[in-house]
Amino acid sequence: MATPTIPIPDHVEGAFDETQPPKFRGTYLEKVHGWVVTVDHKKIGLMYISYALIFLLVAGAEALAIRVQLARPENTAISPLVYNRIFTMHGTTMVFLVGMPILFGFGNYLIPLMIGARDMAFPRLNAFSFWISAFAGILLYYSFIGGLGLSGTGTAPDVGWFAYAPLTEKPFSPGHTVDYWAVSLLANGIGSIGTAINIIATIFSMRCKGMTLFRMPLLPWVYLTMSGLVLVAIGPLTAAQVMLLVDRYLGGHFFDTQMGGSSILWAHFFWIFGHPEVYILVLPAFAFANEIIPVFSRKAIFGYPAMVAATVGIGFISLGVWAHHMFTIGMTSFGNAFFTLSTMLVSIPTGIKTFNWLATLWGGKIRFTTAMLFSVGFLFQWLIAGLTGIMLSVSAWDWQLHNSYFVVAHFHYVLVGGILFMIFAAIYYWFPKMTGRMLNERLGKWHFWLMLVGFHLTFDLMHVPGVLGMPRQIYTYQADRGWTVWNEFISLGGFIQGAAVLVLVYNMVHSYFRGAVAGPDPWDGWTLEWSTASPPPDYNFAVEPVVASRRPLWDLKHPEDPDSAVE
Amino acid sequence: MRSSRRAAFWAFLLSANAVRAEPILSPTNIFAPVSTPAHEVHSLSLFVLTITGGIFFTLSALLIYALVRFRSRPGDTAEPPQIFGSTQIELAWTIIPVLLITMLFLGTARVIFAVEDAPKPKAALEVVAIGHQFWWEFRYPHYNVVTANELHVPVSSAQSYRPTFLKLTSADVMHSFWVPRLAGKTDLLPNRVNEMWFDPQVVGLYLGQCAQFCGPEHGKMLLRVYVDTPAAFDAWIRAQQTTHADAKGANAALSVPNPNPVAGFPVNTPPTLGGTNGDLANNSQAITAPAGQQVFEHQACINCHTVAGTVANGRYGPDLTHLMSRDTIAAGIAKNDHDHLLRWITDPNDLKPASLMPAMHLTDRQNEQITAYLLTLR
Ligand code: HEC
Ligand SMILES: [Cu+2]
Repeated sequence: MATPTIPIPDHVEGAFDETQPPKFRGTYLEKVHGWVVTVDHKKIGLMYISYALIFLLVAGAEALAIRVQLARPENTAISPLVYNRIFTMHGTTMVFLVGMPILFGFGNYLIPLMIGARDMAFPRLNAFSFWISAFAGILLYYSFIGGLGLSGTGTAPDVGWFAYAPLTEKPFSPGHTVDYWAVSLLANGIGSIGTAINIIATIFSMRCKGMTLFRMPLLPWVYLTMSGLVLVAIGPLTAAQVMLLVDRYLGGHFFDTQMGGSSILWAHFFWIFGHPEVYILVLPAFAFANEIIPVFSRKAIFGYPAMVAATVGIGFISLGVWAHHMFTIGMTSFGNAFFTLSTMLVSIPTGIKTFNWLATLWGGKIRFTTAMLFSVGFLFQWLIAGLTGIMLSVSAWDWQLHNSYFVVAHFHYVLVGGILFMIFAAIYYWFPKMTGRMLNERLGKWHFWLMLVGFHLTFDLMHVPGVLGMPRQIYTYQADRGWTVWNEFISLGGFIQGAAVLVLVYNMVHSYFRGAVAGPDPWDGWTLEWSTASPPPDYNFAVEPVVASRRPLWDLKHPEDPDSAVE
Repeated sequence: MRSSRRAAFWAFLLSANAVRAEPILSPTNIFAPVSTPAHEVHSLSLFVLTITGGIFFTLSALLIYALVRFRSRPGDTAEPPQIFGSTQIELAWTIIPVLLITMLFLGTARVIFAVEDAPKPKAALEVVAIGHQFWWEFRYPHYNVVTANELHVPVSSAQSYRPTFLKLTSADVMHSFWVPRLAGKTDLLPNRVNEMWFDPQVVGLYLGQCAQFCGPEHGKMLLRVYVDTPAAFDAWIRAQQTTHADAKGANAALSVPNPNPVAGFPVNTPPTLGGTNGDLANNSQAITAPAGQQVFEHQACINCHTVAGTVANGRYGPDLTHLMSRDTIAAGIAKNDHDHLLRWITDPNDLKPASLMPAMHLTDRQNEQITAYLLTLR
């Protein structure tokens, strides 16, 4: 057993590395230049996160526009053409410009710190990946200006985020909006693949001394799986975009049904990407929960090996479930049964995770900080999202539920109730590490409760119109359908969530300048990122850490009961 | 007294559950099935709800208990005992879900095969449904009937079992046929034929709409299915089989070159189109059906619409042969009456902003005339 020689947190007298680089006070331009040319994983991580948060506000505003239009039946606030652009951009933005970058941002920032490395394996690839993703986002939004095209159709793509063919083909979508969409996702995919390669290489080759794979915190494990999925899943999406562009510009007929092409082909390509994508997004949320819940329960994670196995298992199973998005497309009964079973199988590893989180809470001493509140919200909502997921996997029932508001409610439960709640938890938990300042807890509680009320008002009720026959992506509906009252409250909840996000924005800006100083280890944490200064110096660790267990800081703080003794 | 009240209570419960003509909450409630496929899905969904509901209540009770019981108390700074896992417990909560999933899967598989692979009885009615950007075309191949947006099918009672089997395809992009009280949805794909069926057991009108995003007016691609008694259905079919006549009753003229071609018109233009009919020409200002037909047949209307028996034989838009036998126009979005027809012809965008029928920019009088004509298409 190696003796731990990591830098020791502040309350152990004199052992903490206080050396700070001299404060650099350059001009404004020099600072900006510094950010543009940086290859430091922390700065890139922060850029990813800020970029995603900006798009979160944009796509959130789009969501509110949708809710304004749907609040009344036969509403004419927004024309059908504009409405279709808005929901397409809302979905595309949230998945590709908010979800992926913010999760990559946290990964970039945290993985080297957690495994005791000084940077990612390929710092310049890292910068490249960020900038190409940033370019992709700007390109997508540039379509509002440039999408008009020669044929003079609308601006911005309006084909839905899964852009089913042949609606995307030239005869049905003239102009350039679909091209912007395709090229932007293509570019974004390059960035995602770059980062995924980087994460995998970093985890395999940059771990500090003593950190075997099975001593790694769960977060890097989850990111490893997620990156593997990115590598497998982005390929089909990119291929599909290229085929679409070939159809549109070089006379190909992959999806051009008028010339014998197949619309199902697109659906397969898209969902072979699209389903793993769901797990690409949700796995990091699990990763945050794996770090935050133990620290605030004051207990080690329950069943670490099972958690690792469940994570990797989810990764594998998620590659074989894509056609559950296509139960109504006319598959054979055997095909439907197969994808029902494979989809249901996902619930086994997911169930293991849920039980293990519960067991981690059990017997602990739970501290309800804002980060923990969001994590608890996540646990409840994830449970419900998982159960509605099981309902949707029942393909016969899905014949009714598919493409209805029930589905919209389900995946928002996953994306907002699960992922976004954990992203908020992660912001409260690691903001002190990233900026050296604590977020205000009082504002945090406001943020949490507003968000919780708004979320449940919107997304609990949203299941109902789905069951009452309301399809998704419709710009208006008839008053006689009995959907009105539900939609009114759904819209109301949307605005409450909007207010909650504004509280967070205010809290972040305010605390960045005025927040209480955090110190290196404000939460009494156990993983390596809490052993260095907040924010960490460029080189992360003055001395390269050596670890002897999964919770190196626990061992230091509790020499009488070290993990290294039981592992 | 007590027992009669109890009987009334049960009668109420049963009647609430029994097949109702008007379901609560919404005419498209999936929990109010009236046809076998929808019934099968409905009972399966109750089974799934029971299991998932059980999981939900068990787990959330445990979660709430843990959160309350194990909250940290002020002043207590000692760390709790560290527990790293337990193989037995973890095995248990792997095996229980496996069992639950097996049950769920078997229940689902039964319904999948029962609905999807149901044999087609001899008596079944066959209908071809074709999705178009923002409206539905229905063809009854055995009866030589074509209609739009409002599907008529016979009721399937125990006495006369007559399910409807639909063949679904699309003329342009993907659509999806969804009438929740009859069956789950099935997509309509260009270049491919899908199938579905239902056997509605209650006479009535069932609503639905397109459930796959198909372009700007996807939200106004509504669907109406009329379930008729067998007699009413037969009568409807017979009425739909009648045809109309050209303005001059000269069907045959279509195949013969026009003996008096008019400058500017192709030689095989039937006489009605050349404006050679003196009687009508004199009356061309009157707002009458014949005058309207004259205008209609002079306009591009006939390139997109069919009125069986006349020159109008376009297939791009809905068949208008029996337009007035329908309750609504433009895929269920407006009542089919004089005012709405006039509004529609004057500018379709008024009712359906991105519909694929262009505004024809005719004069107000011409629009009135055409409407007068359309009102005769029974
Ligand atoms: C370019 C082809 C085109 C032309 C020309 C055209 N229509 Fe249409 N028409 C359509 C389409 C497509 C629809 C279906 C619109 C929808 O529901 O979205 C339609 C719908 C209708 C309907 C409603 C039918 C129903 O049952 O819902 C009427 C009536 C109608 N057209 C009459 C006319 C008349 C009269 C003219 C000539 C003045 C005309 N149309 C010209 C394409 C055309
Ligand atoms: Cu449609």
